[in-house]
Order: sequence, then C-alpha cells, then structure tokens
Amino acid sequence: MTSFDVIIIGGGHNGLTAATLLGKSGRKVLLLEAAGNVGGALHGYEFHPGFRAGGLAHIVNRLDPDVAKLIGLQAELPEILPTVALSETGMPAVLRGAYGERTDGVTAAEAVRFSELREKLLFQAGILKRFLKRRPPEIGAVTAGDMAAFASAGWNMIRRGREEGRDFLRMLLMNVADVADEYLTDDRLKGLIAFDATLGIHLGPRSPTSLLGLHYRLTGEAGGAAGAQFMPRGGVSALAAAFEKAAVSAGVTIRTGTSVTRILADRGETKGIALASGEEISAPVVVSAIHPQMTFLTLVDAAELSTGFLRAVKNIRSKGNVARLDLALERVPEFSGVLPEDHRGRLVIARSIDHVENAFNPAKYGEFSEDPVMEITVPSLADPSLAPAGAATLSALVQFAPYQLGEGWEAGKPRFQKVVLDVLERHAPGIGKFVLGSSLMTPADIEACYHMSGGHWHHGELQTDQLLVNRPVNAACRYSTPLKGLYLASAGSHPGGGISGLPGFLAAQSILAGERR
Amino acid sequence: MGSRMKRYDVVMIGGGHNGLVAACYLQRAGLDVVVLEKNDWVGGAATSRELTPGFTYSNCSYVCSLFRPEIMRDLELPEHGLQVVAYEGGAVFTRDGDYLASYRDHDSHRREFARWSKRDAEAYDRYARDVTRQCRFIQPLLMRTAPDPFSFRPRDISELIHLARKFGEFTPSQIAQTLRFWTMSISDFLDEYFETDVIKAYLALSGIIGTALGPMSPGTAYVLLHHYMGEVDGSVGAWGYARGGMGAVSRALASSFQAWGGTIRIGADVEKVLTRNGEAAGVVLCGGEEVLGKLVVSNADVKRTFLKLVDEQDLPDTFLHRVRHFKMRGSSGKLNIALDSLPEFPALPAGSSCIRGDLHFTDSVERMERAYDDWKAGRWSADPFVDMVIPTQLDPTMAPPGKHFMSCFVQYCPPKVEGRDWTDADRDAFAETVISQIAEYSPGFRERIVHMEVRTPREIEEEVGLTEGNIFQGELTFDQLLFNRPVPGYAQYRSPVKGLYLCGSSTHPGGGVMGAPGRNAAAEILRDLRLGTKHMSQAHDVI
Repeated sequence: MTSFDVIIIGGGHNGLTAATLLGKSGRKVLLLEAAGNVGGALHGYEFHPGFRAGGLAHIVNRLDPDVAKLIGLQAELPEILPTVALSETGMPAVLRGAYGERTDGVTAAEAVRFSELREKLLFQAGILKRFLKRRPPEIGAVTAGDMAAFASAGWNMIRRGREEGRDFLRMLLMNVADVADEYLTDDRLKGLIAFDATLGIHLGPRSPTSLLGLHYRLTGEAGGAAGAQFMPRGGVSALAAAFEKAAVSAGVTIRTGTSVTRILADRGETKGIALASGEEISAPVVVSAIHPQMTFLTLVDAAELSTGFLRAVKNIRSKGNVARLDLALERVPEFSGVLPEDHRGRLVIARSIDHVENAFNPAKYGEFSEDPVMEITVPSLADPSLAPAGAATLSALVQFAPYQLGEGWEAGKPRFQKVVLDVLERHAPGIGKFVLGSSLMTPADIEACYHMSGGHWHHGELQTDQLLVNRPVNAACRYSTPLKGLYLASAGSHPGGGISGLPGFLAAQSILAGERR
Repeated sequence: MGSRMKRYDVVMIGGGHNGLVAACYLQRAGLDVVVLEKNDWVGGAATSRELTPGFTYSNCSYVCSLFRPEIMRDLELPEHGLQVVAYEGGAVFTRDGDYLASYRDHDSHRREFARWSKRDAEAYDRYARDVTRQCRFIQPLLMRTAPDPFSFRPRDISELIHLARKFGEFTPSQIAQTLRFWTMSISDFLDEYFETDVIKAYLALSGIIGTALGPMSPGTAYVLLHHYMGEVDGSVGAWGYARGGMGAVSRALASSFQAWGGTIRIGADVEKVLTRNGEAAGVVLCGGEEVLGKLVVSNADVKRTFLKLVDEQDLPDTFLHRVRHFKMRGSSGKLNIALDSLPEFPALPAGSSCIRGDLHFTDSVERMERAYDDWKAGRWSADPFVDMVIPTQLDPTMAPPGKHFMSCFVQYCPPKVEGRDWTDADRDAFAETVISQIAEYSPGFRERIVHMEVRTPREIEEEVGLTEGNIFQGELTFDQLLFNRPVPGYAQYRSPVKGLYLCGSSTHPGGGVMGAPGRNAAAEILRDLRLGTKHMSQAHDVI
C-alpha cells in the first residue's frame, strides 16, 4: 500500500488550490481526479465538431487575489468587461467598469440613482467580504481573530454614519425586488440586478433574502475592482491550465481517470482511500474537494458517522436551476442595439423584475420556464481557438430549469431548447440561421458530466440558512469533519461557489494551522 | 379659549386592542387618558358586530391565543368579562375525500399522523421538540423593547448583552440550528421532517397566515413561530375562541380602562396631529374640534400615522423615505357567514370533534404556493387557502339556537386587483371562489347561508383603517422585525416628533391579537415620564 501525507479527492479548481498550498508546505500530496483531466468546471468540452466550450464557468468575477498569485496569474490589470442588459424593444442599458461605474443607455437621472444604489451595495458587500476569507467562527469558542473581524465589520458598518449602518441591517435579508423598486425606475436595470441576485440560486427576486445573492456577486473582484468581471487571456481553459501547472510545480502527484470509491476509516479516524480498481492508498489526511453529499453519503461508511450528522447532510438543498446552452455559429452573433466590442462582455436577458419572477415560478413545481432569463457570452471572442476561423461559439446560462423536471428531461429537453432559441432569436434576429450545432446541458447533465450532486455549481444552495456556520452543515463548517483527518474543500463549504478558489485555500490553511497547534 | 379647554395627559388615536392595552396601563399609572375611535365601536380588528339579527360576527380576527397572559392578568380582563374557550381539533380535507385530523393532544395527533405515514409520526416528536425550543428563545423577546444596535446607550447595550446571554443558554449546534430556522422557508423546514403532502400543508399554514409570502419564501418558518407563541390556560400553541366573539377582548379592555377612570370617545375621527414647536400637543378631529394632550399615542399603523396624520415638515427626510417604503401589502380576505344549520362534511366520521376546530381544504404545499403566485400577479387565488372555523359550536352566545356563525379567513387576496381598485363585482367574484370551494366538500352548503359579509383588503382598510388591509400593520419580514420595526432607529415606540408615540402592530413584536406592542409602548412612555412600571408584570418564560 503506497502512502502519502495528504490525498485530495477531486481535481476541480478548489482541489487544485488546496493541493498546491499543501504541496508548497512540503507535504507529499496526491490528487485524484475521476475525469480524464483536471480543472472541473473550468474544463472545456467539444460540443460540435470543431467547436469547443471553454468550461462550465464562462466568465471570471471572483477569483481571489491570493489564489491568483498562487497560480501565477499575471498581476497586470485585466480588461474589465461590460454587462449589457438587453431590451427587446429598444436600446440596451450597459454597465461599464466594475459593475457599472458608468452606465450607458439610461437617463441621466437613472444613472445617478443606479450609482447611489451601486455605492450602497458595494459598501455593504465590503462589510460582508471580510467574513469570506476566514473560516466561519466557531460558536461558543470565538477566537481573538474572530472578535477582530467582528469589530472591524462593526466599525465599517458605522464608518459612514449610523444611518448607513442601520440600512445595512435593514437590507441584509431583504429581497432584491423591493430594493430595486426603492432605488430604480428603469426596468432593464431592475431586471438585471434581479437576475444577478438570483443566478444559480433557487429564489425569485421577490423571495426574502434574495438581495444576498447580489451582495455575494459584489464581494467578488477582478484586479482589485469590486464587482468587476473579466476573461483571462486564452479564455477560461487557460485558467484551468494555470491551476494545474501550479499544482504540478508544487510537487503534487496528479492521477486522472482515477475514481475513489471509499474513504477508509477506522473508529473515527481517516486512514486513506480505496480506488475503483481495488487499490488502496493510505494517508492520515484526506481532503474531499467534491460535493459534501457525495463525500458523506457515498464514500464514507455510515457507521463512522452519527445519525444526526447524516440527516443534516441529507438535508443540504442542492438542486440546480441553471441550464447551459452552447451554440456553434457560422459567424459572430449580433445582438440588437449592442456595439460590436460589447459582445465580448456579458449580455443579460431579463426584461424586468416580473420577468425574472415569472421565470422562477415554474421551477418551484418542477417545470421549466416558457420565457426564461439568461446570461450570454461569446467565448470565442476571447479564445479564438474554440471555433474555426470566422465562426463563433455562444454560451448561455439559462434559468430557471429545474434539476428534476416533472415530465422528465428526455422529453422536455428538445422543447426547452426551442424555447431558449426563440428567446435568443428575439434579441439577435436571424441567429437561428447561423446555428451549425448546439448542446444543451440541463442540471441533470451537469451532474453527470461534472460530478456535482444536483448539477448545482455552488455544491449546495447559497441561501442564508446554508451559509457560514451552516455551510455545508454546522458540524463540518470549519473544513474539518466529525471524521478525524477528513477535510472538505469544495464550493459546498464556506464561502461557496464561483471561481474563487477560497474554499480550497481556506481548507488547506486550516489543515496547516491544525498541524501547527 | 385654549386655557379653558381640557388638556389630557395622553391622547390615544384609535381604539384597537393595542391602543386599549396601552391606554389601560397608562391610566392605571395615574395618567388621564382619552381614547379617540373613529368607528362607533372600539376594538379595531378585534371586534364583534351584529350585522344580521341574532348573529354575532367576529368580523376580522377570529381566534384568540396570542394574547399575552401577563397582560390579561395585569388588566384583570377575566373580571371584566373575558373568557377564552380552548378548542380541540381541526381537519384538512384532501381532494380524494379523505382528511387529516388534528388534535391538541400530542399523542393523539401523532397517531393520526401515523395513519398517513409511520415515518412522519416519528418525525413529529422531533419536530415538536425543535419548534418548542425556538419558541422558548423567541417568547421572552416579545415583551421587551427591541434594543437599538446603533444607539450605544447603556440601556441598549445591556439589553443586547442580555439577549446574547439568552442565546448563550443554547449549545453551539442549537444556535446554528436557530440561525437556519429563522431564515428558512416553512416548506424547506418541513421537508426536513415529513414526507406526506397533507401533513406538510397542515403544518405550513401557520407560516403564511397574514403574510404576503408563500410557504416557499425564506422567513416563513419564523412566521410559523409567530403563530405558535400563543397560549390558552398555559398550554403553549393552543388556540381558543373569545366567548362572545373577538369583540369580547376589546369590551373587556374598554371596561377595565373605564373602571380606572379612562375616557373613550367613539365616532371621533382624527384628522391631524397637532404640533407646537415640533412637539405633539394633541389632535384635530374631522370637523375641526381640537383635543389637547401632553402626549399623543397612535394606534394607527405607521403609514397612516406619518403619511396622513402628521405634517411632513415635522419629519426628517430619511425617516419619511423609510416610512414610505415600509411594506404593508394586504394579503388576506375574510368571509363571515351566518348559517341556519351546522354544515356537513361527509369526509369526517359522524360526531367527530374535528369540526370544532380549524378546517382547511388545501392539501399540499404546492397548492398553497400556487395560490401565492396568483397574489403576486395581482389576482385573488383561484384555488385559495381557507382557514375556516365555526365557533358557535362551543360558544352558543354568537347565534340563535341551532344556527351558526362561520368565519372563513382567505388567502391570498391582493390590495389591488391587477393594479386597479377593487369593485363590488370583484368582491362578489372573490366570494364566489371561496363559497364554491367550500361547497365542493360540504354538499348543501349554499342553501344554509342566511347572510354573508365579504371583506377584501379594501373593506379592511376602509373600516379598520389598516393601510392596504394588511392585518399585521406591516409584513413580518426580516427587514421589518425587531430593531427594524417599523423604522430603524425608531423601533422603541418613539417617533421623530417629541411626544408622539406608536403603539400598534406596526411596532415590535408585530401583529396578531397579542397586546404586546401596546404594553411595551406604555412601558416606554412611563419611562420617559419617569413613572414606575410596578403595576406592569414582567415577561415570564412559560415553556
């Protein structure tokens, strides 16, 4: 039986981040990935002969600066891409700079209102942000560091006066629709923030706590600018390569195409893992960078865990709502009223708050929306290698498409694809004629393809009751688990999903801190 | 002339139950209080009226459980005629002709669950334990003024420390569970325990009554608690009927108030709050009469008070902005029905006690949520959720012998119909939706109807004065609870106008016939006047 200091299960970007950090500290690290290559949701796929998708994630907006440094991403300021709120009837509204430092296509008065709201939300996100890069505090054993974080959050809350502080506590758990109505009048902008707040989350804009989704987006940054988004040179796949390279140079042994079937444990202590081939590899520390439910419900012997813990794990809500559409296009698409260079940004179809809310309603009952909302990018503009010369790829994240469709996805998929193409046609007339091929991945497909339970890219709903000390469950919220030596490092852990690398980063840090103690 | 006019110590705007509770406490503390009520009867939404001969209607609120026992005792309400009759039972009718019965006794209830699912019956023990634990934490909060986290005054800081200590009595994992509970939807919460649709639907109803939220909205698990905190005769979570209808609560309060020398003026509609040098000095009634007072307390909701009764110029901009954006969207309607005989429900076994409690027809959470989708779109629910009771089975005083009064609380019912005002035709169509639903489960129901009163948010606003017909004087969402209710920085019953206070359900801890807002407001006023609160018993932990 071979042995390592640490075994990492899952070669997604969080697994790679944890591996790199632990490898750098001098440990002998083995990373095991079931797929043929590492990178997880950053890894691309060919969906039509000659056309590739960069990865499930199609834009980067929250890569942590320390993680970026760890993987050697250029320190130079990336180009910040615009967000375009498409309109069916007239001109789109465009947010330029970091989440709309400047707005185009709206009235001067509306631009002022948007900038006031943006300022307020960024301020509030700034308070929340300090909790994202630390382990969740341990209730009952709050450390000096935690106290300092609370004190500094408290200080920041009143830094701009009591009224801003009061507004923070008032708005924290509000719904995004009421906030949008309080500040804005333009349906395109209201629809956009309603969409951004609920993307990837099973909430409608009128559901209480939905504003938190927008706060979460605004805690992200690019090149030091909060709320900004960019595309790495060479596209998302280039990022996957950077993560892999960093791990390799940290001395991590990577084995792809290797499925872990069991985490070996004895009387509450982790001993190693067993592979599908029957091979066993021992290590005192195992880091699971895959979905927490897969970790505990399929890899660990139930006898090693308590009933209460298992019940809590089973209760994690993790059913995806987002489908991914890839189109192979004969030429670069043109959306009505959108400047050619703005096609490199993010195009959002969400006409109004009601549009988003009505798109959400069917998802509650296991139906897909007949008039979905979506965000679109044209990945081949950043990475021409994705499509043959002159041609283009289009990627759309479409919601709401429930993981479990009442009628079953086999029957529903062709119908849903038609619905999505009809919406696209309304905003980019004639686009249907240029479609050479397409691929629609429902949450069920995403689950199968990327090994994410429920096809949920956050590895668990990013809702208030599944955050901080309750992410993924209270007994495993600080990366260590009730099974000694087993750690969690996926997006299912604090602070959640998106290409940030933070769950992996924090998990590795807490392993290192634990050993020092 | 001003010098000859009587000047009261306190002028109370509105004689709802909270206004009366506050007035009672203030009068007992030695102040001279006048209550001004626009209607010809007191009680606000806790009222009984005879709209057809021989029948007493509980027009708005219809069951009594949340009313704080401490207040009942302090104000000697039983001596003033209040009697609460606990009731047993209830049923949810399912579409396939079966029913889920409910019983007050935990074990009987559990046996009924077992008839549907053994697993759910087992989960019920766990569920009851977990919810009771949450009640235990929330209950002591009700009868305290919410601390202001930004005031930095010693009193607020010590109150925050008190609450933190209270929280510290729980284990870390219980605290984590509490944080989840407070922000979850009732639907998600119930999914963690139960598998049977009708059981979940039955338990979910307390999470949505009176709120403009569906069972799948985060925060509705907390609303559940809001309805569970009640107690009748020391039995937590139990419900009862006030003998003689809900007006009996108000009559007892009025009688207690008058016994201590308080003045009630009915038919006195307040038009404006009078201010002198930025301080409240009394009110002007419609018709021009002035009623002067050293202090003015408003039992009206926060919007009515500050957007209609107070001059905008007396209020800071931020405050006004927040009052305007305070959410009080009506979500419920009501049918009050006089029946010439007891309706029959063939699904129930003959002689079942279940008919004496709440009866419902919504057998799945999905149907409830779809009913909410209609409300979001500005329509009343096509398949509404109805909470129906026939109190005359236990309280024969409300109808002639052999005849019955039935109260149907209906959700959801929007404050406007697709953006426009309600018409009488809309109201009739709304009533028809409800009646036909009942008739489906109770053959011959229509023929028993002698008289009916239909109330949409329009009627509730017109008569009771609740803005948009919101029965809680403001939604119970996080941004409008505790130190945020009704306005951050003004959650301690005081207002930007010196000498003007709020005491209605717009303030902490919110709606329901609970009396806590009125009591807490009285406590703050007495504190400002440096009068003791000896005659006010402190909150006790009951569980």
